[in-house]
Amino acid sequence: MANTALTSVWTYWSPSPLLAISLTLCAYLMAMWIAGKFKFSPLANPVVMAVALVIIVLLFSEISYADYFSAAQPLHLMLGPVTVALAIPLARQLPRLRRIAFPLGVGLVLGCVTAILSAVLITIYLHGSQTLALSIGPKSATTPIAMGIAEKIGGEPSIAAAIVILTGAFGALIARYVFNWMGVSSPEIRGFAVGLAAHGIGTARAFQVSQELGTFAGLGMGLNGILTAVLAPALVPVIVSYFFR
Amino acid sequence: MFYTLAALLLFQCLGEVIVFALGLSIPGAVVGMLLLFVALLSFPSLMAKIEESSHHLLKHMSLFFIPAGVGIMVTASGIAQHWFALLVAVVVSTVLSLLVTAASMQFLIARQKTRLHPHGTEISETNEVAEVKAINDASEPK
Repeated sequence: MANTALTSVWTYWSPSPLLAISLTLCAYLMAMWIAGKFKFSPLANPVVMAVALVIIVLLFSEISYADYFSAAQPLHLMLGPVTVALAIPLARQLPRLRRIAFPLGVGLVLGCVTAILSAVLITIYLHGSQTLALSIGPKSATTPIAMGIAEKIGGEPSIAAAIVILTGAFGALIARYVFNWMGVSSPEIRGFAVGLAAHGIGTARAFQVSQELGTFAGLGMGLNGILTAVLAPALVPVIVSYFFR
Repeated sequence: MFYTLAALLLFQCLGEVIVFALGLSIPGAVVGMLLLFVALLSFPSLMAKIEESSHHLLKHMSLFFIPAGVGIMVTASGIAQHWFALLVAVVVSTVLSLLVTAASMQFLIARQKTRLHPHGTEISETNEVAEVKAINDASEPK
């Protein structure tokens, strides 16, 4: 194999992020290309595929995750400004928010609390570990927010990221059946609920159905990101420390 | 592009400072997001300056999740023992949050319509929808 060649190239460049960033970018572009081939189906998630590609390369070239991650820091650090940038579509949507502010607000609070509490309590009930319980709390928030919260409350950001993507893919897949079963047809409600429960993946899915659905999904995602960031650090450690004394 | 990046980083720094100073347990970037939200509403000129280039950033948001996501190769063994709890929690909790959000909103919107608008409210702001769509199209964060 070319393992030794790649490993020696890596050792030569290891203090520099050049190789790690090139690898990540190529994996991302390839994953986007594959997702495009599958017409961006919720089952062909670009992040999942890109992560798998990077892992395969790292395993074959015997590069440790710690080495890769420290070299890929410039990309990882961009999660911060990208989270800040979520304020821009949110500010744009403010006029739509005002019209049905009260039902949106109540749905937001109830949905957010349900998402956090049910995930943590089920994990504890089924004897999941303490780290898992702390990492699953913010699962319905969008990835950078969920990872930030998990890190802050003592969970594992990479576990949180995996759970968030799983939640989004599942939520985007199941939402239509849940709403049809409930008899909910209003696009405001369907969109907002799927954005709240299944963040960006749910939002991307909603846009494939209609513009209006996607707009409200984006709103649900943004608002739930903020509320989860406020509620999860307050709720999750209290529950977890109660059960894991 | 660089103006936008500078603005976003500056707001994140402000957020981090506030989180540190007040001892909050919210990520600094989220406080930065709230600050930017308020700033955008107060100064519409800021929106005009950063909106377009931020589209590109938000459009490729998935890219920045990859380094952390790869960490699963190290933490997978920790989850593997608890895969059943994880799967049930994700499935049940996601369905529950969809149900609770949709049910509470449907109840309140139906009540609001009969109380305030006996003939129902039709959505006619197509321009607004199209505008918001254009922004959201560019931002499909995962």
